[in-house]
Amino acid sequence: MNALFLAYAYLRYHWGRSVILVLVAALILFVPVATQILLSSSERALVARGDATPLLLGSRGSQLDLTMAALYFSEERPDPVAMREVETVWDSGLGLPIPVHTAFSSSGFRIVGTTLDYFEFRGLQPADGRGLAVLGEAVIGAEVAAALGKNVGDTLVSSPENLFDLDGVYPLEMPIVGVLRKTNSPDDAAVFVDIKTAWVIQGIGHGHEDVVTAADVAAGTVALANAAVVQYQRITPDNIESFHFHGNQDDFPTTAVIVVPNNTRSGTILKGRYLDSESPSQLFEPAGVVQGLVDRIFRIKALLDAVTAIIAVAAFAAIGLAVFLSYRLRAREIATAVKLGARRGMVLRLLAAEMVTLLLLSTGIATIGAVLVARNADAWVGWLLALGA
Amino acid sequence: MITVENLRFGYRSGGFRLSVPDLSLNDGERLAIVGPSGSGKTTLLNLIAGILTPESGRIHVAGTDVTQLSDVARRRFRASQIGFVFQDFALLDYLSARQNIFYPYRITPALRLDQEARDRAEALATACGIGDKLDRHPTALSQGEQQRVAICRALVTRPKLILSDEATGNLDPDSKARILDLLFEQAADAGAAVLAVTHDHELLPRFERVLDFTQYREGLTT
Repeated sequence: MNALFLAYAYLRYHWGRSVILVLVAALILFVPVATQILLSSSERALVARGDATPLLLGSRGSQLDLTMAALYFSEERPDPVAMREVETVWDSGLGLPIPVHTAFSSSGFRIVGTTLDYFEFRGLQPADGRGLAVLGEAVIGAEVAAALGKNVGDTLVSSPENLFDLDGVYPLEMPIVGVLRKTNSPDDAAVFVDIKTAWVIQGIGHGHEDVVTAADVAAGTVALANAAVVQYQRITPDNIESFHFHGNQDDFPTTAVIVVPNNTRSGTILKGRYLDSESPSQLFEPAGVVQGLVDRIFRIKALLDAVTAIIAVAAFAAIGLAVFLSYRLRAREIATAVKLGARRGMVLRLLAAEMVTLLLLSTGIATIGAVLVARNADAWVGWLLALGA
Repeated sequence: MITVENLRFGYRSGGFRLSVPDLSLNDGERLAIVGPSGSGKTTLLNLIAGILTPESGRIHVAGTDVTQLSDVARRRFRASQIGFVFQDFALLDYLSARQNIFYPYRITPALRLDQEARDRAEALATACGIGDKLDRHPTALSQGEQQRVAICRALVTRPKLILSDEATGNLDPDSKARILDLLFEQAADAGAAVLAVTHDHELLPRFERVLDFTQYREGLTT
C-alpha cells in the first residue's frame, strides 16, 4: 500500500513524464487491438456484402474492380456492360437482374443508378420520405444525409465529370425524396437514382425546350432548333415530358448487373452461359472475389502485426530504459531509504508499483479506446468502406 | 547508552581502515565528532546505525548489540531507534513536507502510521516553525525550512539516538545555530541523544562533549 502511495505520488509529481509513458504504452496496447477489431469487422462487413450478392454480371476484366464498383461503390470504373445483358437474364427466366450504374458522383458520394428491385433486394427502407417514383429524383443513404446535412425536400447536384469539358453534360439537380435507414453498409454512403436518371446525367437522355408547338404545326411554321434552345438542368413536372433518350436502350450502359438466381440450379445454368472466355461479359460469384480480397488483407495484417510487435518491443524497451534511468537518478533517494531502515525489496516494490500503476493506466486507456472502437466498429467500417468509394 | 568497544572496520576495496577502541555516549547527551575529511566520521555513524558491519568489536545502542543483529533486525532497529539528519536534507521533491516527515513510516513495516504518529508530526512541525508549510513541496521551502522538515522526519519515530551528518553544513551562519538549537531542543524533549559530525568549530561550544576523530584512523593500507 505504501509502495503504491509513493509510486502514485512520484508519478503525479512528474506528471508530464508519466503522461507520455502512459500514452505511449496505451498506444502500443491499443493499436493492435483496434486494428484487429476493425479488421474483423471489415471482414464481416465485406464478406456479408459479398455473400448477400449471389452473382454479378459485368464486362470481362478485373472481377475485383467490378465487385468493388458494384457492391462497394468504389471509384473503380470498369468498362460498362450493355443493358441488353439485363434483358438476356430477364428473358432467361432464371433470375432477377438488377442493373447498378455507379459512374457518377455528387458532393463526393457515388450516384447509384438502379431499379426499385435493388431496394427490395438489399432491404433498404426509407427512414424519411419515400422511394424513387419519378425521373430525376434521388434517395440518399443515411451517411450522405448526415455528412451533407440534407433531408427530404433538399436537392443534390451531380458532379461534372470534367470541369474543363465545356461541351460536356451539365450537372443535374435532383430533388431528394427519401432518406434511407442506416444499414452500416456502403448503401449508407450512396445517392440512389433511377437508372434512367443516371443516363440523363451521362447525357444519353435529356430534355429541352419544345421547339415545335401545336400552333406551329397548325400554322405550318418552320421551327428552328439551335444553340439558343434551353437544355434543362433539372427535371420538373413542367419539363419531364420533354425528356427522352436517343438510341436503343439495349445499348445503354450500366456498370454491372446484380443477378439473383431463382435457385442454385438457375445460378449454375447462368454461370455456364458466361464461361466462354471470348465473351465480352462475365458472370461470377462476388463472394469468392471478396474472400480473396479479405485473405490478401489478412496477409498484410500479419505483416502489420509483426511490425507492431517489433515497435512494441522497442517502445517497451524504451519505457524500461526511462524507468531504469529514473532510478539511476533516484540513487540518492534509495540510499536515504536504506539509511532510514527500508527493506531490501522496498526499491523493487516501488519500481514494480510504478510500473504496475503505469500499465494499469495504459491498459485502462487502451481498453476504453478498444471498447469505443468495438462499439462503433460497424459504423466506422461502413464509413471506411464508403471512403474507399 | 551507546558504547563502542574495540571496533575495527575496513572497506573491501581497501585504502581505509578505522579503529575505535572505546567510545561511549550517555542518554540525552550531545556529542560532536570533528576531524578532517576522510577520517571516518561518517563511517562511524553508518557502523552505529548498522548500515555497515564491523570486522570486529561491539556496538551497543540502547542495550542492543547492533553487530549481532540480522540484516532484517538491523533495519527494524534503525527504523525504530535511530533518526538521521543529513547535510543535503535528503528530502523527496515529489512528497509534501508532511509526507516527507511520514517517509520512514512509508518504507518500513516496522513503523505504523497511526493517528498518534500524525499528531506527533504536526506537533513537531509546529514546534519547528513549519506547521503552516506542511503541504508544500521541498522545492517551495527555504534551505532552513527543508532542514527543519528533515529534523521532524528524524524525530517523528521517537528514536533514542539522532545521528547528524553535517546537518548544518548547507546553511547560512545565522541558520546554523538556530537549526542546531532546534535539533537539541527537540531531541531533549524526546529524550534522544545526539551524535553529530561537524566541521563547524563555532558550533562546538553548544555540545556537551567534542571528540576529535583524527586519532581513530589507522591510515592507508595496501
